[in-house]
Amino acid sequence: MRFSIYRYDPEQDAKPHMQVYDLDIDPAGNMLLDALLMIKDTLDSTLTLRRSCREGVCGSDGMNINGSNGLACITPLADLKQPVEVRPLPGLPVIRDLVVDMTPLNQQYRSVEPWLNNADPAPEIERLQSPEQRAQMDGLVECIQCGCCSSACPSFWWNPDKFVGPAGLLAAYRFIADSRDQTSDRRLDNLQDPYRLFRCHGIMNCVTVCPKGLNPTAAIGKMKTLLVKRGA
Amino acid sequence: MVGGALSTWLVQRVSALLLAAYSLFFPLWVALHWPLDFAVWRGLFVPLPMRIATLLFVVALALHAWVGMRDIFMDYVHPLGLRLTLHIVALLWLAACVVWATAILWRLS
Repeated sequence: MRFSIYRYDPEQDAKPHMQVYDLDIDPAGNMLLDALLMIKDTLDSTLTLRRSCREGVCGSDGMNINGSNGLACITPLADLKQPVEVRPLPGLPVIRDLVVDMTPLNQQYRSVEPWLNNADPAPEIERLQSPEQRAQMDGLVECIQCGCCSSACPSFWWNPDKFVGPAGLLAAYRFIADSRDQTSDRRLDNLQDPYRLFRCHGIMNCVTVCPKGLNPTAAIGKMKTLLVKRGA
Repeated sequence: MVGGALSTWLVQRVSALLLAAYSLFFPLWVALHWPLDFAVWRGLFVPLPMRIATLLFVVALALHAWVGMRDIFMDYVHPLGLRLTLHIVALLWLAACVVWATAILWRLS
């Protein structure tokens, strides 16, 4: 199979370039990550990428595959048109080859306080939820923070310092929807400026690329509805 | 308040509903008066409710366009001076359109 892979080493290259590799690999049963690791092992040990669990759980190997963001480890080779173009996640600074600096994404994620705020004394057992209350968080807790969504979002490309982005907003709603959290109002206040939430124009790239099949646009819509209901 | 993030978003949504309603109603209104000539076309806008509906449409269009242009400038135009200039130009242009449409509609009677 033929691969065209984005290469950039800021210490040596003046600018990035695409490098072609021809690899003898059977597409059947193999994922893109298998091919990338085989290239690194047999053809070019300088190829740099992140990966860890190799089964779509850790979210390390988010990259741009034939023009669309996804996880290399769960993208079947058999589904890919050749030459397979592999690039780093767009809109984020490249550290080297397919490795990007996730700092803009992580800073926005942190800004929504992605933890439970509950001032009540901790009970002896867990803070319990009814099955219905737990169901409110379905489609939210599954996020693995791979960053595929935010780095596919033009609003995040233009204003990564001001717009929270789909990943952070999904996390924001995950805690607003959590019956155990006591700070929903403050969380909504935190999204009330013209940028943090309202730069989303609903183009739904985030939904298209999410490797876990989640829907940040729906979460964003629910937060807008909550803001309308409480009268801003 | 204009400029508040939630209210601008709401203005965009509500004006879209007005635009959709008028866009559905107007072709029907034209069809009812078919065939058209200049006098008939002019006559379409003479009833007061029709003039009010048309003015509402123009105002909704201006508000909708204002939120859209504001969004585009906020997204893409980062130098503050240039953005402010574009905001003012868009605002003046849209306001002029509303005044112009009002003048046309009320000159008819």
